[in-house]
Amino acid sequence: MDSLGKLEAQSIHILREAYKEFKDLVMLWSIGKDSTVLLWLARKAFFGHAPIPLLHIDTHFKIPEMIEYRDRLAKEWKLNLMYGENRAALDAKQTFPDGNADRITCCRYLKSEALRHTLSGEWPRYVFNHVEGKYIPDPDPKPFTGVIVGVRADEEGSRSKERYFSPRDKTSEWDIGDQPPELWNQYKTDFAPGTHVRIHPLLDWTELNIWEYIGRENIPVTPLYFDRGDGKRYRSLGCWPCTGSVESRARSVKDIIEELRTGKFSDIAERSGREQDKEDGGGLETLRREGYM
Amino acid sequence: MSMDRERMNIVIAGHVDHGKSTVIGRLLSDTGSLPRGKLEQVKAMCEKNAKPFEYAFLLDALKDEQNQGITIDAARCFFKTRKRDYIVIDAPGHVEFLKNMITGAARAEAALLVIDAKEGILENSKRHGYLLSMIGVEQVSVLVNKMDLAGYDENIFLSIKSEYEKFLRHLNIRPISFIPVSARESENIVTRSDKMPWYQGTTVLEQLDSFGKSGERSSLPFRFPVQDIYKFTEAGDDRRIVAGTVETGRIRCGEEVIFLPSRKRSVIQSVEMFNSDLRDSAEAGEAVGFTLMTQVYIKPGELMVKVSEPLPVVSFRFKANIFWMGKAPLIKRKKYKLKIGSNRVSVELVQVLNVLDASDLTSIKNKQQADRYDVAECVFETAKPVAFDKAGEIRESGRFVLVDNYEIAGAGIILEDRADQDSILKEHVLQRESLWEKSSITHEERAAVYRHKAKFVVFTGPQDVGKQKIARALERKLFEQGHKVYYLGIANIVHGLDSDLANEACDREEAVRRLGELARILTDSGQIFIATISDADDYDINALKTLNAPNDIFTIGVGGNNFDRFKPDADLERMDDTNAAVEKVCRLLKEKEVLLEYHL
Repeated sequence: MDSLGKLEAQSIHILREAYKEFKDLVMLWSIGKDSTVLLWLARKAFFGHAPIPLLHIDTHFKIPEMIEYRDRLAKEWKLNLMYGENRAALDAKQTFPDGNADRITCCRYLKSEALRHTLSGEWPRYVFNHVEGKYIPDPDPKPFTGVIVGVRADEEGSRSKERYFSPRDKTSEWDIGDQPPELWNQYKTDFAPGTHVRIHPLLDWTELNIWEYIGRENIPVTPLYFDRGDGKRYRSLGCWPCTGSVESRARSVKDIIEELRTGKFSDIAERSGREQDKEDGGGLETLRREGYM
Repeated sequence: MSMDRERMNIVIAGHVDHGKSTVIGRLLSDTGSLPRGKLEQVKAMCEKNAKPFEYAFLLDALKDEQNQGITIDAARCFFKTRKRDYIVIDAPGHVEFLKNMITGAARAEAALLVIDAKEGILENSKRHGYLLSMIGVEQVSVLVNKMDLAGYDENIFLSIKSEYEKFLRHLNIRPISFIPVSARESENIVTRSDKMPWYQGTTVLEQLDSFGKSGERSSLPFRFPVQDIYKFTEAGDDRRIVAGTVETGRIRCGEEVIFLPSRKRSVIQSVEMFNSDLRDSAEAGEAVGFTLMTQVYIKPGELMVKVSEPLPVVSFRFKANIFWMGKAPLIKRKKYKLKIGSNRVSVELVQVLNVLDASDLTSIKNKQQADRYDVAECVFETAKPVAFDKAGEIRESGRFVLVDNYEIAGAGIILEDRADQDSILKEHVLQRESLWEKSSITHEERAAVYRHKAKFVVFTGPQDVGKQKIARALERKLFEQGHKVYYLGIANIVHGLDSDLANEACDREEAVRRLGELARILTDSGQIFIATISDADDYDINALKTLNAPNDIFTIGVGGNNFDRFKPDADLERMDDTNAAVEKVCRLLKEKEVLLEYHL
């Protein structure tokens, strides 16, 4: 088996383990390349089906093409897709683009808090109804206690410390110093009532692996990742006010793989276009402790 | 465009402060693998905290780590050489973080073990050496670090090398190399040092590139732990797919397989994979699915193997080496959850043969438990038989973890099976019976007065086949005939005696045990005791029978059963006419002389 084959097998094994061991399981789909690869791996793990529901946290500041792409795949792949949001913060305009919050606070409101309350079922979720072709309020807002997330260890420091199966306490706090051992394909799948688990099937993948796999499997991704004539492309996707593009002439998956292999970005962090990481010294780490993905 | 680069996981282990992080920091920086600005960022951070810069800080990306100055988790970094890409796992050297070290080492194909030239071999140099061997990391290179502080003295290097070699020989580890280095000064890391002309061996980087990829696992016997069984009927998919990851070996369509421990057999019909070319075989490492020619009822957790190859052992008892990480010690008479392959089963510690202090490998005599960070040779007994191989033969199917109170608390490798010994249950019953306070009324006296013998009547079969209905009607019938009879409704025990049990595999075993003990008491009183138990298998019935001894048990299967070899005393159809079923049971009870007709 080649490296990609091994990564794929490992991720599939983890997804199947999660599906078997946890009842109230959900998979986060940010519409970005990583979580889309994760969704593809789920279809592989379950032989073309996607039995684990998908959740998208909609900040309503996402680049519009992302939402179009999301809804297109939901229909084509018959996905069980839902979204959640922080309606109160949006209505009160407590956001960075509205000028009423700094970037970190905006992330905290629109992502961390929206996620926490959507997972718990306290705030409304909207499920894509395939018959009517639109989103309707979730008739069964049960709490999700297992969350599958597409983080990778090479993205930035704090993510390199994650486990494949990572427990979080009731308040979603992450105790980095006391994590369970993982060995021989055995993970922490036993939990005291009230605890949550985050599952990270992509932990060992790199940015290059992700693109190579997208190429090998021919996975559809949003065109925002490619140069569409202006010599710029997105390397990491987020909300339009805080996401910058990189100089690149890569117009296809093949071009991106070439670009990454030449080492063009080897000294530039993948998330360097994500402005919220730069505030507060370790902004992302602070956010992650509080439950940011 | 096929440029798939080889990838290797390596772990860096060793005692705290012996320079593991510095070695990694050097490897990253000297191979040009650091993101731009990272070094400057960390240097600025050090300046702000008035600390001298160290490469170790590069890795300690988290805030609280920088405060404490120690690596608390097996963090991953990436770097590449011309030959391949490396994932470096930095295993923490503090004793409190051994479970992180284990996590790191279990992912590694090779290890660098760092020893401080000035401090020499310390506790965790040895413990990590032992654990690497137990976990199965075969390629180890020892770096004698901080040679700059030891005056680049060859004698210091040689003396550490000889002492440590001697220690490792006990563990059957032969390090591939010993390299004298100074990570801080970059001596012998990437380029050959001119400070140590007496050393002719490889640099660390050359050593890494010469490590081999781990051995070919496809040539071993086929081992496939059944992870799950899928049927997505609602989505219009009629395939019944047995899913999992092939641990070792290979298999083709048309080959005959056997599932263990159930011993059910079938033949591989197809290899299933989404978005893949049609496959007719699968091999070690692949996460796949299979459909079978004949449908057999199997559960996740079984081990699928090939009939044509050497079979694994199926046993209740085995001897193992275990490393214990739990906060509470590993003790006898306590139930743990054993996870081996995809199987989960309740297990007990039976015997502690030897406890080793892993830091010096001296054995601690007469110790009957394993404390945190002990290494122990023990005998375990499972509630149901498990399929395994000796770790020395096929390590993938010979290793396991133990769960205590929701946490993975132990990791072990199986040395051999111990099926020759008596079970815990038998020993327990022997002891119980020797202490049993016998009534002055004999069984014969009671039988003469009650006009029947004492009996434990058990109905079993799938759920919702009418077991309870028949059992209740039987109680009524026997009662009206003047017999001393009692039917125990399942709810009465679930919400009473068993109300402290959750709905877990381990707890099922405990529920069976309590029912068996209860039966022993009620049959001792001379009564006919009727109970139902859903989906019992051979081992459940055997446990009930053993616990109820010396009194008798009478089993009735309703609507089919899970038994492999056990034959119930009677079989009833699903939803039989209740009266007819009761008549049939009564007739059998008379035939077996439980109901003593001639006294009427």
